[in-house]
Amino acid sequence: MEVPVAITVGVVFGSGLYLVMQRNLLRFVFGLILLSGAVNVSLFVAGRLTRGVSPLIREGSTVPPDGAANALPQALILTAIVIGFGLIVFALVLLLRTYERLGTVKTDETIARLGDPRPVPIGSARRAPRARGTRPATRTGPADVGNDENGDGP
Amino acid sequence: MSWLLVSPVIVPLIAAAASFLFMGQRRLQRILSTAASGVLLVLAVALLAQVSANGIQVMQAGGWPAPFGVSFVADHLSAIMVVISALMAAATAVYALADIDPAREALGYHPLFQVLVAGINGAFLTGDLFNMYVWFEVMLISSFVLLTLGNRRSQLEGGLKYVAVNLVSSLLFLASIGLTYGLTGTLNMADLAIELQTAPQGLVTVLSMLFLTAFGIKAAIFPLFFWLPASYHTPPVAISAIFAGMLTKVGVYALIRAFTLLFTHDVGWTHQILLWLSGLTMLTGVLGAAAQNEFRKILSFHIISQIGYMIMGLALYTPLALAGAVFYLVHHIIVKANLFFVAGLARRVGGSFRLAELGGLYRAHPLLAILFLIPAFSLAGFPPLSGFWAKLVVVLAAVEVRSWAIVAVALVVGLLTIYSMTKIWQAAFWSPVPEGRAVGAMPSRLMIAPVAALATLTVVIGLWSGPFLALAQASAHELLDPAGYVRAVLGDAAALGYLEGRP
Repeated sequence: MEVPVAITVGVVFGSGLYLVMQRNLLRFVFGLILLSGAVNVSLFVAGRLTRGVSPLIREGSTVPPDGAANALPQALILTAIVIGFGLIVFALVLLLRTYERLGTVKTDETIARLGDPRPVPIGSARRAPRARGTRPATRTGPADVGNDENGDGP
Repeated sequence: MSWLLVSPVIVPLIAAAASFLFMGQRRLQRILSTAASGVLLVLAVALLAQVSANGIQVMQAGGWPAPFGVSFVADHLSAIMVVISALMAAATAVYALADIDPAREALGYHPLFQVLVAGINGAFLTGDLFNMYVWFEVMLISSFVLLTLGNRRSQLEGGLKYVAVNLVSSLLFLASIGLTYGLTGTLNMADLAIELQTAPQGLVTVLSMLFLTAFGIKAAIFPLFFWLPASYHTPPVAISAIFAGMLTKVGVYALIRAFTLLFTHDVGWTHQILLWLSGLTMLTGVLGAAAQNEFRKILSFHIISQIGYMIMGLALYTPLALAGAVFYLVHHIIVKANLFFVAGLARRVGGSFRLAELGGLYRAHPLLAILFLIPAFSLAGFPPLSGFWAKLVVVLAAVEVRSWAIVAVALVVGLLTIYSMTKIWQAAFWSPVPEGRAVGAMPSRLMIAPVAALATLTVVIGLWSGPFLALAQASAHELLDPAGYVRAVLGDAAALGYLEGRP
């Protein structure tokens, strides 16, 4: 049973790595999701896939019955799923903010945009840049907060 | 059961929870944050005193005996790291009172900062590999938010790179943990030290390299460091200072723990790789810094080159070298965070981080110039400051084992560090004020006090290095004798088993 699951983990891991290396940030996040799933399954296989009874200690006994399944990998995976969920949600929100601020999720374009201090409305990724001072009415996301730390003001 | 042992994790967590409750009450949050950091420092010093007096301290969480429960272990290295992290937390908390703007405070700076500190301390104190992963993630997620808090464009750029690389590193760490569990059936580090001795040695080497990659990304060693100079100069100074001081050092700590306790089966091979990496890390870091012209970017590249010295101490794997690595860790955290603080002061006074836009600071504020010179000289390794002893011990250890190439690299990198520091000095402090720019007044005392305190500490460590070196040597002694660690966690029988299993 372990071998086919191990091969699946390898294929999913490989696909995840391929996506992570793309220049599109959305694909990057999808790659992360695949990687995270592959790692969770590999944790599961690490505990060996055997048929067993549920590891519940019967009344009056102090140890689980013979042939009980190993509960530890499941505890590990549950923790890892919760953590992975939080991290991926954060990555998605960060991606959304980048898209709102820069109007693109392509890494080459984000780097070019970051040098340009003007806000970019959503969906105008390929339009010519507007003149300074004519702030577009389209949604540009919430304004910056705080003092200007890097001299790259809004 | 020693509550003192876990208090460095619990105190910041309680402070974070309380701080969340008082969201929006800025004054209360500020008092809470500073007070918690002060309490933390006292408890951390008490813990170090207890470890020094009574040896390795262990607590089994929930009363489950090791290796079934999660163990918390404080040996000399852990206790020293907790003290230094508490010190940094206190310095940053005070500096942040004047540096972090009300908007970021309203967005939850204070609770996030406390969670970050809890995560760092947890990673230092845990004796369980999976638990270490959890603390790494606690630390990471709060650092993600702190880094991008405020939503500046440069922060988004730096944040993207930082988040992307660190998420991949975390997944790699988790995958390595899974494979380790599959191979040995345990995740308690003391138990692993025993089990890995009898596991197939080829697979253990593969695991060690996986952990090297995962921790290497966190520690920013060559060739995995690119995220660091891309992100550390973007958040407010207080945040980048604690990042610069502590975060990569958690990675270094994990590397030291892994390659002294777990993976000592083939020191000739694994530690040789570490030695090569340390030399390349030093060189690329210092050369990268030479090409930069922004205060915090220069400092960021120097973090990388300094990490190289610590890894070098670990790679040489002699008592003197490990003592040097631990001493270097302590010295570097104090000095590097301090230099970032000074960069913040220079920006408040001169209005910029770019060297071309700074100038005349020495003439206007000699005190600021002195506060820069002390950590800068210490970083470059001038006697009698702390950096001199740190470099001296590491280089002496390399001379002892006749590794002449790494000695040469370490000395050349030291020289190039002086070059970078003189560049900052010349451009920001010595040269006249650039046209069209003015030099302002010195900022609030709240920002100067931590800088002055850390600078004094650098001098004190330099002048009275004896007790600090003794502590470093005690931790090196423990690191080279994992049987002591195993005995403290699992008892005498397991320690005997560990010694017998040793090839």
